[in-house]
Amino acid sequence: MSKVNIVEHELVPQHIVLSPEEEEVVLKKYNIDRNNLPLIKSTDPIIQELEEQLAEQSEDEGKVSLKGRIIKIIRNNSPAGEGVYYRYVIE
Amino acid sequence: MVSEDYLRERIDAVLTEKVSHVVKAEAEQKLFAYNEEHPFSEDELQAILDDICVEYRNAWVDPGEPVGTVAAQSLGEPGTQMTLNTFHYAGVAEINVTLGLPRIIEIVDVRKDPSTPVMEIALDKEHSAARDTAIEVARRIEGTTVENVARQTALDVINTEFHIDLDSERMEDAGITLDTIIKKLKKLKQVEKIRYDTEENTIIISPGNVTLVKLRRFSQKVKALPLKGLKGIERAMVKKEGDEYYVYTEGSNLSEVLKVPGVDFTRTKTNNIYEIFEVLGIEAARNAIIAEIQNVLDEQGLEVDRRHIMVLADAMCLEGEIQQIGRHGITGEKASVLARASFEVTTGHLLEAAREGERDMLNGVTENVIVGQPIPLGTGIVDLIMKSSDTEEE
Repeated sequence: MSKVNIVEHELVPQHIVLSPEEEEVVLKKYNIDRNNLPLIKSTDPIIQELEEQLAEQSEDEGKVSLKGRIIKIIRNNSPAGEGVYYRYVIE
Repeated sequence: MVSEDYLRERIDAVLTEKVSHVVKAEAEQKLFAYNEEHPFSEDELQAILDDICVEYRNAWVDPGEPVGTVAAQSLGEPGTQMTLNTFHYAGVAEINVTLGLPRIIEIVDVRKDPSTPVMEIALDKEHSAARDTAIEVARRIEGTTVENVARQTALDVINTEFHIDLDSERMEDAGITLDTIIKKLKKLKQVEKIRYDTEENTIIISPGNVTLVKLRRFSQKVKALPLKGLKGIERAMVKKEGDEYYVYTEGSNLSEVLKVPGVDFTRTKTNNIYEIFEVLGIEAARNAIIAEIQNVLDEQGLEVDRRHIMVLADAMCLEGEIQQIGRHGITGEKASVLARASFEVTTGHLLEAAREGERDMLNGVTENVIVGQPIPLGTGIVDLIMKSSDTEEE
C-alpha cells in the first residue's frame, strides 16, 4: 500500500510556502512584523510533509528547514468562500 | 426584461471586485431565476446590485469591534440552555457519544483522551459498495482481546489455574484461531503451564504457584491480551449511509487507522481533536474544533453563527498548538495587575505587583475602566495624532 499522504485529508487546507518576495508583500499589506502572525510549529505534520517535498525537489542533498518562513493557508470552508490565513513557522 | 448576456455582464462589472465570490455566485443564480419570473428593467437591476454591495459592506466586522467578547457571549448564552448530561446513541450502531455541555467543556479543555472517542471511517471504492468487504475492513480495525472471544472464564483457586472457555462463533467472526491465541498466550511472561483442548475449545493456563491476588491480576492480564486489530479501538461496526458502507468505531486511533488497507483516509474522521492535531496538524485541528462544536450545537437545536465558533477555534490555535481555555482565558494570567486584581484576591495581586515593581501599561479594557479612561475598543481604539503648531514651524 502506498504511503498515506496526510495533505490530502479533507480536514487539511492547502498550505503554501511563500517566497521571500511574497512574504514582503504580505507583511507590507498588513503593516506588521512576522512575529505578529499566528504561529505554526516546524514539528507540525504538514510542515514536515512540505519540508520533505521541498527536499525531494531541490537538487542538493540534505534537509530543508522552513523555520522562519511564512506559510499561506487557503481555507475553503469559510462562510465568505475562500479565507486566506498566514502562519509563521517556529521551531 | 433584460437579456441574459446583459445581466451577466452587469453582475460581473458591479460585483466582481466588491463582494466575495460566494455571494456573487448566489446573487447570479437568484437574479437569473427572478428575471425569468418577474422581468426587471435595467434601472431596477442596477438598484438591486447596488443594494447587494451595501448589504455586503454592512455585514463586515467594523474595526475595533470586540469580536472575542461577542463570540464568548454568543456561545455562552446557548450554553446555559444545554442539557447537563446527554448521551446520544448514534443510530442502529448504538455507539454512545458525549454531547451537550460536557462535550463543549471537553473540547475547550483540550482533553487528550475524550470520554467517548469515536471514529467514522470511510472506505475506498473497492470496499464501500458491499457489506461483506466493509466487514472485512472492520475486522482489521477492531481490537479483539481474549475476553472478547471467551464465552466464560473462571479462576481455579485451588490449583492456581485460569480457565478460558472460548466461543467458536465469536472466534470465527473475528477471524481468530485457537492456535493464534495459544501463541500469543505463550508470550506472556508469567505463564508457566498451558493446556488446551481443541475440540472443547478450552484453555487452562497457570502462572505457577502464586498468591490469590497475583492470580487474579494474572487473569486480568490474560483477559485484556490483544489478539488482533488496532490498539484503542474496542468495537467496530458497519453501517450504510447513502450508497456507501462506513465503519464506525468505539475508541479512536487515527494514525493507525489511516494505514489500514481499504480505508479511504481522506474522509476518515475522529472526535479526538488532540489526535487530529498530532496526525494532521494545527489547521486540521482548527477545522475539527469548529466541526465538533457545531455538531454539539446542532444536536441541541441551538443556532450560533459559525463565525463565533471560528473566532474561538482560531484563538485556541494561534500559537501553533491547541491551547486550552481555562478560568483565566486562553493565555492564562492577564498581563495587567489591575485586571488581575479586579478578578480575585485583590490585595494579594496588588501587594505582589508592588513588591516586584510591576508596571501596568493600561492596554486592556478592565484597567482602563478602573482608571476612567476610554477603553481601547470600538471608537476608543483610534488615537488622534496632531502636529502641534510649533513643531510645524521648525
